[in-house]
Amino acid sequence: MSTPHVLLGLLAGGSRHGYELKRAHDQRLPRARPLAFGQVYATLGRLERDGLVATAGQDRASGPDRTAYELTGEGRATLDRWLSAVEPPMPYVASTLFAKVVVALLVADVDRARSYLVAQRAAHTARLRELTAVKADPAATLSDVVAADFAIAHLDADLRWLHTTLGRVADWHREVHP
Amino acid sequence: MTQLQARGVVRAYGPTPALRGVTLDVAEGEIVAVTGPSGCGKSTLLHCLAGILRPDAGEVTWRGHRIDTWSEAARSRLRRTEFGVLFQFGQLVAELTAAENVALPLLLAGTGRREARTAALTWLERFGVADLADLRPGEMSGGQQQRCATARALVTEPWVLFADEPTGALDTLTGEQVLTQLVRLAREQRTAVVLVTHEPRIAAYADREIVLRDGLVDHTGLGLDVPLAGGAR
Ligand SMILES: Nc1ncnc2c1ncn2[C@@H]1O[C@H](COP(=O)(O)OP(=O)(O)OP(=O)(O)O)[C@@H](O)[C@H]1O
Ligand SMILES: [Mg+2]
Repeated sequence: MSTPHVLLGLLAGGSRHGYELKRAHDQRLPRARPLAFGQVYATLGRLERDGLVATAGQDRASGPDRTAYELTGEGRATLDRWLSAVEPPMPYVASTLFAKVVVALLVADVDRARSYLVAQRAAHTARLRELTAVKADPAATLSDVVAADFAIAHLDADLRWLHTTLGRVADWHREVHP
Repeated sequence: MTQLQARGVVRAYGPTPALRGVTLDVAEGEIVAVTGPSGCGKSTLLHCLAGILRPDAGEVTWRGHRIDTWSEAARSRLRRTEFGVLFQFGQLVAELTAAENVALPLLLAGTGRREARTAALTWLERFGVADLADLRPGEMSGGQQQRCATARALVTEPWVLFADEPTGALDTLTGEQVLTQLVRLAREQRTAVVLVTHEPRIAAYADREIVLRDGLVDHTGLGLDVPLAGGAR
């Protein structure tokens, strides 16, 4: 995930302190990997060094948590370019899950690969249920729902793959160990 | 408390075995998903549980009464009064309006016309299709018909709803809206649901999932306790 761009985006509406950015991040991206305060300040520092944000208001001497930041013209242009570029659709198959099945087939037998697939399917299913409960909660906000939807759609795709691969694992093993 | 039970249910169509000894319980108000690949016997199991099909062997009991031995008339009365049934394609009566379709199960159960119409309108409202009350199925989209059919299946506040791929013909968002509402209302009135689906994301709405495979409950389907790598989530 692109934390610098997200922070630029959160500054687009006006200047903010580091702790406000952290709070806005957690609210808008509810299921993101946790973002530590230290990471917010380190990222702001780099953005400032590169001229994409500038300090606004409070003086530096009173510490980083007293400092508000704002977008510079260059920062706004960088944000625009980022939003205008589409992400490359799955340029690599870079998944630990996939790699593990391949390695299981290489070093062990069909049963080992199959029991890994079954166990992974159970774990995926459990997570799918958790996220479905989050989403079905009448108190869920649309931010919660949209984030859960994203995870659910990806788990669902993985589950389909786990399922079809379970059906192919014996033939696949024959191909790998002719 | 267990309401519905299957014990060693076996069913074949001619030489084709569809169920080869299925045992399961459904508790009051419980939402159970029945999943598994195409042809594994999900629909056959649903039909046996709902008393639409008779098993060749084994038992189906409803609140302790064996119903698979009942006459067709007695089973059909049970379906009308205690059960609700919902299929992939709503199966509304083509000649009746949406409101008349939803009111029908109540009228059959002896509810007065006015009361049945009022309840029908309430249920159409709950599924967001009150404005279609006076249209016939031929004048509605598939998704609209399915909302009406779902309203009709719940209008009698049945003890158990049997639903076979109820969102299978709907797009993802529409299907999800119908299912979310179905599950929410079923929970509110403590209607148990037997939900047949081959989609994991639909099954995830249930309290419990039963995986069938070749006419049997597949014990390797789910529920393994495995460590998570790195402890990360
Ligand atoms: N009316 C029928 N006549 C003959 N065979 C049937 C009939 N209905 C089902 N079968 C067979 O019984 C088996 C189980 O069918 P069933 O419809 O219960 O499966 P299912 O799990 O609901 O499949 P799907 O996901 O495709 O709906 C299959 O082998 C099917 O071919
Ligand atoms: Mg079926």
